[in-house]
Amino acid sequence: MKFQVEENCLTIFLPKEVDHHRAEEIRKDADAVIERNHIKYVIFDFAETEFMDSSGIGAVMGRYRLVHLIGGEVWGVHANARIKKILTMSGVTKIMQIYEEDGK
Amino acid sequence: MRDTNEMEVIFDSYSSNEGFARVAVASFMTQLNPTVEEVADVKTAVSEAVTNSIIHGYEQEIHKISVKCRIDKGVFIVTVKDTGKGIEDVEQAMLPMYTTKPELDRSGMGFAFMEAFMDKVEVESVPGQGTTVRMEKTIGKGRSLWTTQSL
Ligand SMILES: Nc1ncnc2c1ncn2[C@@H]1O[C@H](COP(=O)(O)OP(=O)(O)OP(=O)(O)O)[C@@H](O)[C@H]1O
Ligand SMILES: [Mg+2]
Repeated sequence: MKFQVEENCLTIFLPKEVDHHRAEEIRKDADAVIERNHIKYVIFDFAETEFMDSSGIGAVMGRYRLVHLIGGEVWGVHANARIKKILTMSGVTKIMQIYEEDGK
Repeated sequence: MRDTNEMEVIFDSYSSNEGFARVAVASFMTQLNPTVEEVADVKTAVSEAVTNSIIHGYEQEIHKISVKCRIDKGVFIVTVKDTGKGIEDVEQAMLPMYTTKPELDRSGMGFAFMEAFMDKVEVESVPGQGTTVRMEKTIGKGRSLWTTQSL
């Protein structure tokens, strides 16, 4: 998993395909970093993501549950139209804010 | 082109085969000249059904999963079959947000996605014997070709 930590904020650079196979790895790695670095804000960066199924929704919800306990938040950035559709349909946008650049 | 065509792939229930199943189905589907959106819809639905067989049907044990595709004129039919644990109450299982494995970060959206992205979803399941998910989608309002998207 590619990630970056800045103070209490973790950015996860998601892979091209976020399915059950990749989500397992993201979950394990992310949770270790969240615990070790006292992470409060998690940013999911979808810039490279072309495919996502319900496993991605579960990955977002699981991390939300973790940081929500300490008053944290989860954000989504760089999601393409397909990914946005999946996120919206699942209802996960109720807990994850989607950051929109230049009014896109 | 002929009106009908069929293929079947059978593979072990390793999670690494989820991507393989999506690509196999997507490439078989190209002969219908689907749009990018139609391919994405079918890939998502297949991914959901295969993942369910791996996680719920076999509970991470390694057994066989079969994915069968059939083209009948403009209709694409895909059937995903496991011989795993089965589902006691299919109607309840298909409700959005219903999951028996919340501890594994499942959100209960799999069947909801299959139903949203396919025209028809039928589930046959016998506890202790396995589950078959049959999905149908009519393809062919074709505009931008699938070949513009990578597998
Ligand atoms: N092939 C299967 N074998 C046994 N049980 C299944 C199978 N497919 C689905 N189920 C049951 O149906 C429930 C709902 O499935 P669904 O795909 O909608 O949600 P999920 O897999 O729990 O979560 P998500 O798909 O969002 O990760 C599952 O929790 C499981 O109990
Ligand atoms: Mg599922």
